[in-house]
Formats: sequence, structure tokens, C-alpha cells
Amino acid sequence: MSVFLQQLINGLSIGSIYALMAVGYSLVYSILNFSNFAHGGVIMLGAYFGLYALNLLSLPFMGALVVAAFAAGLVAVGLEKIAYSPLRKRNAPSLYFIISAMGASIFLENFVVATIGPTFKTYPEIFSTTPITFGAISVSRIDILMFVIAAISLAILVFIIEKTKVGLAIRACSYSARGSNLMGVNVNRIIFVIFLLGGMLAGVAGMLFGMKYTVYPQIGVITNKSFIAAVFGGLGSLPGAVVGSILLGLIETISAGYIASQYRDLIAFSLLIIVLVVKPSGLMGKITEDKA
Amino acid sequence: MFSWFYIEGILILVGINVMIVLGLSLLTGFTGLFSFGHAGFMAIGAYVAVTCTMQLDVPFYLAILIGGIAAMIASLFIGYFTLNLKGDYFCIATLGFGEAIRLILDNMTIVGGARGLPGIPLDTTLVNVIVIDIIGIMAMAYLIKSRHGRNMIAIREEELASQAIGINVFRYKMESLAISALYAGIGGALWAHYVGFIQPLMFQLTKSTEMTIMVIFGGLGSITGSVVGAFILTFLPELLRELANWRLVFYGAAVIAIMIARPQGMLGGIEITDMFRWIKRTVTGENRRAKAAAEADKEAKTELPGEGGGES
Repeated sequence: MSVFLQQLINGLSIGSIYALMAVGYSLVYSILNFSNFAHGGVIMLGAYFGLYALNLLSLPFMGALVVAAFAAGLVAVGLEKIAYSPLRKRNAPSLYFIISAMGASIFLENFVVATIGPTFKTYPEIFSTTPITFGAISVSRIDILMFVIAAISLAILVFIIEKTKVGLAIRACSYSARGSNLMGVNVNRIIFVIFLLGGMLAGVAGMLFGMKYTVYPQIGVITNKSFIAAVFGGLGSLPGAVVGSILLGLIETISAGYIASQYRDLIAFSLLIIVLVVKPSGLMGKITEDKA
Repeated sequence: MFSWFYIEGILILVGINVMIVLGLSLLTGFTGLFSFGHAGFMAIGAYVAVTCTMQLDVPFYLAILIGGIAAMIASLFIGYFTLNLKGDYFCIATLGFGEAIRLILDNMTIVGGARGLPGIPLDTTLVNVIVIDIIGIMAMAYLIKSRHGRNMIAIREEELASQAIGINVFRYKMESLAISALYAGIGGALWAHYVGFIQPLMFQLTKSTEMTIMVIFGGLGSITGSVVGAFILTFLPELLRELANWRLVFYGAAVIAIMIARPQGMLGGIEITDMFRWIKRTVTGENRRAKAAAEADKEAKTELPGEGGGES
């Protein structure tokens, strides 16, 4: 039982980080209808920004987190301006967006390899590594921190989407970008906001992820899994992305705990295919209709 | 500076990539389906062919064919379940498939697991790569001109309309995917017998992306473009080798630049045979005559009085 509880807590903690990443995929998908594969690069940069904010600027933890979030948000916005905005103006098919995103992801990853280097870097020890124990279960402080910060960030996102005027515009655009444009919504500005929000969450996720593990240029690969989580929950749906991420985190840790850890990724990818075959729109995906 | 041995090596790699890119070109350029799982088909081809040559003493050419067919069978299986998916979702499913294949191989200790499989006989030479490439190109050109190829192009252009005129969309998508996987499997098998060592890490998602980028760079819907794309993008990193770590940075930037500036690729929809025809027409003066005729036609039209004049 204690093993199960232990894995449950680990799963929740990793799942909450996946959720921060998956929400970024979903936000972009909900309006632009393509899978932004450059998101992994932004997450990776977020981890580096956080590291340098702590080491070079010697900021406190919260300060570094805010710096990482804003820097990553700006990178995401810049990426949109350079790589996607020209395609958007031409009404290019979504596959071109995907290829452009792949190019951007290659660019970002190798830019870091070329400038900072391919070596693994570790965050300085901010929080004590001694775990907190509840009876037979021990929880590391960083896991609790990850969960709490992820929950707060997502709560802020939900507040923005559900309660503010910008959020209303975002929801309107995800329903129909063209229609909202006709109603006077500045779609370009909404897309800017989308990338900023997604990028900021990516920065937070990257920094937390880097603190739990290490920082290296290929961190973006991990985000493939958060992408699976987004598909699992239903691309384009924010609650879906969160639920999918938590479920994926739980499935991963529980399968690692009970079956074998090397099958963890295999199970994740098989799950992706099964979900697509059985219910392509995911658990809570938005319904897309074929154009006539 | 470049020894023949080095250039020969690159040329073999070009030949291998041509094979894979041709297959992907049929799927992406002619049928309009994107795949991020071709590394998976390559892996199946490579591992099956290597098992044939190393364990069962099957002759090289036959082993490569068996590898390709194994990849094809896998594609039938995956295609049966996923080809009905719309748009992005098919491409996501292939991504999952490619990664799943790699992770399965990672855990298969019979074929070396994550550590890989060394000591593969080095049977791939420049000559047999060229022979296989020529067969591959001829077969592909023939296929695209046939009824099957034209149906695939129709599906790319407008899926609903082609369904409406009675094309079995699912069947032709399946055909396209299967042939594409056959090519990828053969390419993977050739690659394994050239490098002499395979491990699952060689068949990561980035390999699939690399192949897709070659197809797009060369031009969608063009066999010539695919060959040229494979040629240039295999050579380019070698020429940029002095830039060391920066070359992939330029590579990524170049991909974005192409998507922005010329999304149809270098030779989108243009074949080398079109150029021959154009040269022939220029030589015989047919182009000039056609142009003159068109201009005369235009003049005749503008001279028509009345009609449409009031619109301005």
C-alpha cells in the first residue's frame, strides 16, 4: 500500500509538470490548429534561464522563477513572429507550421549546444534534499514545490482564461478565429497572448524540471511526453491537457513501480496510439469537423 | 582535402537517403500524408535484414528485400488503425509508432537492446546502392504515372472530392503508406550494412524529421526534387563540418527560411523530364510559337469592343 501511495505522489508531482508543458501545446492548438513542436525548445531555454538567473544574477528562487517565465515567454513570442507569423499571413496548411516548428526546435536545441555546450548542468541546491516523511512514505521537498507551483500557475491561467476580457477573446478565437475577428477581436494580439502565456508556463516548467533532474540541451525530448499528455486529454482543451497530464504521470510512475522502469516510455507511446485509435479527439478534445 | 574514400562514403549515404526520401515523397509529396515515424520503418528494415544476413546466412539482396517487406507489413498493420485519422492526428500517431518501435528494440535483448548490434557484414557498396536507387526511381516514376499514382495525387488535392468520384481513399492511402514503408525498410537495411553497427538510438524521431525535411526541401510532388533534396542535404552537413556545432543551427534556420520563402520546396511539382521537354520545345521553336500564339490571342481579346468595359 505504501508503495502505491508513494508512486501516487510521485505521479502527481511529475504529472503536474507535464500539465504545465501540455497546456502550452493545447493553447496553441486551440487557436492555430497545429502542434507546436518548438515548445520543447522553449521549455529547455526556460531551464537555462532559471539556472543563469540563480547563478549569475544570484536572484532568490522566486525571482529566478519569474525571470525564467518572462524570458521563455518572450522567446515563444519571438518564435511566433519569425517562424509562424509569415505562414499565418499566407494561410499556409498546418503541415507547414509543423515543419517550421521542427526547424525551430532543431535551431534552439543546437543553438544552446553551440553556445553553452552539450554538458549536463545542475541547479544549485536551494532546498534541502532531505525528504519529508509521513510514516512509510517519504516525499522530497522539490516534489511538493513542483506540485504547488504548478497548481498556482495553472490556477492563474484558468483565472485569465475564464474571468478576464482577454480570456473571453481567447475562448472566442478558439471557437472561431474568423468570427471573432469579424466581431472586432484583434486576433494577432490574442495569438501574441497565447504564445506569451504558453511560453511563461514553459519557462516555469523548464526551471522546475531542471531543479528536479538536470539541465541539458536535449531536455526538449521529455516534452514529447507532455505532448502525448495533451493528445491524451484532447488537443486544444485546457482541462483535457491537465487531466491527461496527471493521468500520464500516474500511469508512468505506477508502471515504473510495478512493471519495470524501462517500459515506462514504451507504455506512454503505446497509450498515445491506443488513444488516437479509440478516441482521436482525446478525453475532452474539441470536436473538429471536416471542411466540406 | 577530400579523399575518394570519404566522398564514396558520402555518396553511399546519399544513395541510402535517396531511397528513404523517395518513399516518403510518395506519402508526403504525392498523397499529402505526413509521417514522423519513418525511422521506425527504417529500424524494422534494418533489424530484420541484419538478422537475416547474420543469423540465417540469407544473401544480401534477398535480406534487404525481406527487410523492406517486413517494414511494409508493419505499415499495413499501423495504417489499418490510423489512416482514418484526420490531418495532424495521423502524423501524431506515426510519431508514437516510430518511438514505440525504438523503445521496443531498446528492450529486445536478442538484438542487442540499447547497446546495439555490432559486426554487421559491410555489404553495401556504391555500386549496389546505385543499382537499387535506379530500380527504386524507375519503379516510383512508373507508379506515379499509373492509375494508382494519379489517384493518390487526387487524394492530396482534395480528399472529399476524390471520394465523391469513387476513389477508395483508404485503400490508396494504405497503398501509398505500404510502398513508402517498403522503401524506408530497404533504406534502413542498406544503412545497417553500410555502417556495420546498429542501435535503437540511430532511429530516433530526429531521423524521421530529417527525412521529412529532405522531401520538403527538394520539393513536394516531385521525384527529381526528392533526389536533389537528399543529395544536397546529405552533402551540406559534410561541407559545413568546419562549423562544427553551428551547422545544425544553420540547418534549423534554413528549414524555417524555406517554409517562409518557398514552401513548395526547390522543385515543387517539377520533374527533370519536364525540363527535357522544355529544352526540346525551345530547340524546335515550339515554345516561341506557342508564346506568340498566346500573345496574339490576348491581343485579339483586348481588341474586342464593349464587353466588360463598363466594370472599370
